[in-house]
Formats: sequence, C-alpha cells, structure tokens
Amino acid sequence: MSNKPFLRIDNIRKRFGPIVASDGVSLEIEEGEIHSLLGENGAGKSVLMSMICGMVRPDEGEIVYRGEVVRFNSPREAIRQRIGMVHQHFMLVPNLTVAENYILGQGSALRVINDMDKVHARIRALSDRYALDVRPDAVVEDLSVGEQQRVEILKALFHGIDLLILDEPTAVLTPQETDRLLSLMGDLVKDGKTVVFISHKLDEVMRVSNRISVMRDGRVVHTVDVGETNARELARMMVGRDVRMELPRSPEPAGRIVLSVENLTCRAETGLPAVRGVSLDVRAGEIVGIAGVSGNGQTELSLALSGLLPVDSGRVVLNGKDITGLDPARINASSFSHIPEDRHKHGIVMSLSLSENAILQRYDQAPFAARGMLNGRAIGEHTRDLIKRFRVKSRDENQAIGSLSGGNQQKLVVARELARNPDFILVNQLARGIDIGAMEFVMEEMLKQRDNGRAVLLISTELEELFAICDRILVMFHGEILGELPPDRSRLDELGLLMAGKTEQPALAG
Amino acid sequence: MDDMMFLTFLATLMGAAWRLATPLIFASIGEVFSERAGVLNIGLEGTMLVGAFCGFATASATGSILIGLLAGILGGMAFGLLFALFTITIKADQIVVGAALNLLGMGLTAFLFRTYYVSTGKGIEIAQPVHIPFLSDLPFLGEAFFRQNLIVYSTILVTILAALVLYRTSFGLTLRAVGEHPKAVDVAGRNVAGYRYAAVLVGTGLAGLGGAFLTLGHSNQFVEGITSGRGFIALAVVVFARWSPTGAFFVSLLFGLFYALQLMLQAEASVVVPYQVLQALPYIMTIVTLIVVRGKGAAPSKLGQPYEMR
Repeated sequence: MSNKPFLRIDNIRKRFGPIVASDGVSLEIEEGEIHSLLGENGAGKSVLMSMICGMVRPDEGEIVYRGEVVRFNSPREAIRQRIGMVHQHFMLVPNLTVAENYILGQGSALRVINDMDKVHARIRALSDRYALDVRPDAVVEDLSVGEQQRVEILKALFHGIDLLILDEPTAVLTPQETDRLLSLMGDLVKDGKTVVFISHKLDEVMRVSNRISVMRDGRVVHTVDVGETNARELARMMVGRDVRMELPRSPEPAGRIVLSVENLTCRAETGLPAVRGVSLDVRAGEIVGIAGVSGNGQTELSLALSGLLPVDSGRVVLNGKDITGLDPARINASSFSHIPEDRHKHGIVMSLSLSENAILQRYDQAPFAARGMLNGRAIGEHTRDLIKRFRVKSRDENQAIGSLSGGNQQKLVVARELARNPDFILVNQLARGIDIGAMEFVMEEMLKQRDNGRAVLLISTELEELFAICDRILVMFHGEILGELPPDRSRLDELGLLMAGKTEQPALAG
Repeated sequence: MDDMMFLTFLATLMGAAWRLATPLIFASIGEVFSERAGVLNIGLEGTMLVGAFCGFATASATGSILIGLLAGILGGMAFGLLFALFTITIKADQIVVGAALNLLGMGLTAFLFRTYYVSTGKGIEIAQPVHIPFLSDLPFLGEAFFRQNLIVYSTILVTILAALVLYRTSFGLTLRAVGEHPKAVDVAGRNVAGYRYAAVLVGTGLAGLGGAFLTLGHSNQFVEGITSGRGFIALAVVVFARWSPTGAFFVSLLFGLFYALQLMLQAEASVVVPYQVLQALPYIMTIVTLIVVRGKGAAPSKLGQPYEMR
C-alpha cells in the first residue's frame, strides 16, 4: 500500500437520532482501483459514501482526499473536487431532457440558456467515448431504468470526476446490462478514474473489484484483495457467521394444480396494457418463480391476482373456483395469501400496532372479534405467538409497526400471511429491504410451506432469491411470459436474454 | 338581430372577453410559477383582494394608476411572503394556510375598506383605453382588440415574458425541476426553499396585479369581495392550461368569454333565461372544465408537498 492514499476515511461517526449509521469507520481508497463496499442493508455503506460526496455531514472523524482534509457542505463542493456519486434513487428530474438535467444548477441562476447546442455536442462526444448510448434531447421519464442509470453515470462524467461512487447500481439491471456496467467500470479505471462500487451481490463484487471492504453494523470489518478471498468467506464477513448458500430442495414431485391463470390481461393504473395474456399453473408443493426486470408487468400481475387491479380478460382459478375479479377481501378468504411488493401500500398500516396489523384481514372473525367487539386478549396472544415464531424484533405487540426496521416489518407480514394456512401464497419480492440473515430465515419458511404442500408463486427481480428456492422459473417481459427455465445457474445467460425480451434460440452448432 | 348587429355584438364580446380575462391571466400565470415549483397556493382569492384593495387605496391617495398597480403587486407579494413563511419555512399544510389567507384577505380588505372608504364612496380615475393608431379603426378587429387600456395590452407581454423565463433561463429550468424532483435540485447545489419563495412571490405579485386591475382598470371602486371567485377560477385555469403560461393566457381568454357572454346576455332583452343562471356561467364552466380535463397529466409531481432537507 502506498503511504499516501487517494482517499482516506478516518474514524468517521454519524448518528441519525438514536440510530448509529457510522460507528467509527476507517477506509482507504487507492487511486485507479475499483474498490467494492460490501455489506447487508443497513450496514452503513450508502451513508458512508453520502458523507464522501457531500450529501451528509459526519459528526466526527475526517476525510482526507489527495492528502488534504476536506469537508464538503454540499454535493456541489464534492463535484468541484471531482468526486461524483450515482445514487440508488436517481437524481434526475423526469420531465426535463438529459441535457437540461446536466446543466441544472450550473452557472448563474439568472442566465439565459443559449448554449444548448454546445452542451448537446459535449454529451454526444462523451457518450460515444464510453459507448453509453445517451441521447441529449431524450426526456428522462421516457427512458428505461437501465438507460436512466447510464444517463446518471454520464452526468458525473459530464461534470468531470476522478472518483465515481456507484450505490447499488446493479439492483435495477438485467444480467446483460450488469455485464455492460461492470465493463464500463473497467473502462473508467483505464482512463485513470477511481471507482467505489457499493453492492451486496457477492458474485459481481468478486468479478470486478481490485479490493473489497466489508461493512457490518456501521464499521468496516475487513478489507481484502480480491485474489485472497472467495464468496463464502465474504458472506461470512458480511453476516458475522456462516451462511448456507444452497438450501435443500425437496425431492417430492408437485401435486394437484392449486392456482391456474388463463390468458390474463390487465392494464396498469396509467391505462396502458401491463399484463398481456399470461397463463400459468402453480401446483401444490412447488415454488414457481417469475423473473424479470422490474416494470415488465409483475406488479400488475400480482395486483390483478390479489384483486387490487381490475382484470380485463382471462381467468384466475383457485382450488377449482373462479376468483377472477372478486374483491380483495373475498380473494383473501379463499385460502389466498399475499405478501405484497409494496409493504407500506398494501401490506401494513404503519401507524397501527403489531397486533392490529396481525389481524388486518381477520379483524371481524372469531376468535379476534365477537358481536362487533374486538377481543384484545385473543389478538394479543395471536400476535405474541407470531412475534415469537418469526423472531420479529420488537418491544411488544402494542408497538407501532412503523417504528420497526423494514426486515422486521416484513417478517410480521410473512408471519401473518402464513398463519392463515393458505393453499396458495403469492409473494412479490420476498426479501425486499431485509438483511441476509432475515432473508435466509424467510426463505426457509417458504421452503417449509412448499414441503407442507402449499403452492407458492414468487415474483422477484433478485435472481439469487429465485435460484435459491424455486422449482422452476418463468420469465416475464413486457407483460408476457416468455419462457420457463429450471433454477440452474449455468443457464443464467439464457435467463438474461429472456429478461431482455430475446426469445430466438441460437441455432444449434453442428 | 341582423348580420351587422351580430358582428358588432361579437366585436364587443371579444373586447370585453379580453378585458375580463385580464385578472385571470395575471393570476393564473402567477400560479403556474408557484405550482411548477411545487407550491399550491389556493390563497389566490385573498391575495387578489389584497392587491385590489392596495391598488385602490394607493391610487386614490396618490392619484397615480401606475403607483396603484405597483402597490397592488407589493400587497400581493406581502401576502405571498406570509404564505411562503408558513408553507415553506414552517412547512404547514399548503391547503390549510391557503384557506386561512383567503379568509384573512376577505376580512382584512372588508374591514379596512369599511373603516376608511365606505362613507366617502368616492371612485377613482381608471386607466383609459388606448386606441392603437390605424388598427383601432379596423372594422370588427379594432373594436375587439385595439381599444383596450395598457394593462390589458400588457397581458401579452407578461405571457411572453413568463414563457421565456420558464423555458429559456436557468432560473426557469431550476423552477420546473423544483416541483418535480427537489432533491435533485438540492444535490445540484441550488436552494430549494429559495426557489419556492421566489416562485410564490412571483405568483402572488401577479395575483396582486390581477386584483389591482379590477379596481384600477375595470371598475373605479373597491367593493367587498370584488374578485368574486376569480382566484379560484384561476386555479382551475392552471389545471386546464396544463401548467403552461401561454396555455394559461388562452384558457383565461376562454373564461373571459364566459364572463362577457354572461354580462351581455343579461343586457339582451330577448334572452329569457333568469340572469342568475347567466351569472353562474363562469362557475359552471369551471366545474365542467375540471370534470373534462382530469387526470394528473402534467401536474408537477411534488405539488403541495413540503421539501425536507436531510
């Protein structure tokens, strides 16, 4: 290691109210490397990087950049020092063009904008240089998420940066787009730039990094050269204990058809077609996965199945009974459980207590209610049981669910939905916003359900989640099911192509 | 009505429509600025009343219409500062504060007017029509468009200026961004609250001007509640106009036409509809418009939401 690192973070501390986000972090980044920052959700990766790029000010500690102590009061000051960050939630204004986004906040506020041609030319030149396919006159809201991300990266380059921080950039990409991004990172380094790559995906980190720092509980616990470690070791560093990477599959063949969807179509809230003729069966004792880049109709499919979005045509049959177009309450009562994608919108009521949330669908049924009055004791007992069985970290059952961490909220939703003993369980993003430890636990719960003969439909954008527990994987693109694959990692390329909408099979050689 | 009479009727109607649209044009273009920055100011009605009163009081004291108009703008902006303080700095609910300012505007202007002016009952000299040479002598068009007072003509200037500022300056670009993705503006190093203050002040200044036109360019007197709902109609105009200044100009003209039609039909003996129904025309059209032009469409996505800086 050189004795003068490019960027040195020294014993940084940051609190948000009672939450300690950074608990004395120290880290060194060298010039011209790809340095990955690995850690579970809530480990403090994003906050740390936000402090480097001027979004958040540290309470204690110092940042030494190119040999000088720096204190950025705003991202603008960091950009002036040639440090840029691509955030998980893009900082692009949707109703403006790419070029307008780039010049936002530049120059005097009262300036008349008359140099747009020059700006466009500069963007085109940069876009060509890194093969980014960014059109300066495109309106951001018309672009796909992958395109928007390239627009964000180019924005940083446009402003002129030497250090680029990418916060979980691959979460929204197809495998092919991910490949492209990883090779772009290589190109940037070749041009003399330094990249910090925040991720919780072990394989990507292993592929692209020079060095890897693992964060846990607001600290950097290890920094290693990529050649001196492996995925298993990194996982252990992240969680602080051994993690089972492969979950056992049951040899039992699937049973009768529990849920049958025939030619389902429905429109998104915008009125545009979102699900275009989806047919699928889910049998007892199997977990069927639906893979796809988000925004390809998965959200609408799950809302339509659970009665939250009107069905235009087609049929949904559960246990031989047509449930198409029934209201959510009736569907819920038909042995149908739903673990929704957007927990805050469809899963829980943030301001209500754990026990009130635990009986959201059954508040009017025995034993929780009698003659129109709630039975507090039965509700409390039931909730305490759920909390205990699913290890929901909470003070007691009367605590507002909104004050729990995302992972614990999700555990309660999973507990509630499974406690209803459904024949069919619809899951959209099982592990959203929960850490790897809790993820392992809810996945095991899903497998238990499968082994007990339940039918599970798991919609996910996380391929790891699908590979880990599904018996077969359907790929959704543009509102259609494009194909089916076994959960076999060696066929990842094929899966990626389907996720990008490419169905044509390459001709078999020889 | 023979053809000639009908043409005259039409010309008078068009001329009156533009005149009656003028306060709406000012107020709605102002509100476009405010809403583009994410601030929904439903206190326009009260703001216009304040503008109308300040304009009247100042003009009757100084005898100058120009100073009166300036006072109307400043009065509106003072009211806007109050709104901005509560909604942007204190982050109170925009609807509640707007409603409060409407009540305050109505009560305050009525109180001051009764205290100082009602006994005198004195009117003021209002802005006189300026006949544009040659053009005002054109048949039909002359009567409709070229015999207005300067304030009415200035609506064109204000519209063009507003569109240029909004779409061709760095200020306008940032303003449009503030209503859509304030955090991006914050990250780009601009002060979100500052832009919202500016937008509210532009908005309420123009609303004040619209109010002042009522007393200085239209009627020569202040009357309690002289705006009679124009502030609310301006809010509807903004929606119909899809948050565009030029759109606001033309939609305001359309509403001006309803006002004019209503007035002229009342005077027409051959029309047998009760005059109350005619009077309700602009308001009915507002409701119809809001039903027809619905959906979120171009609404700034952070409209009505305070911005929390981290």
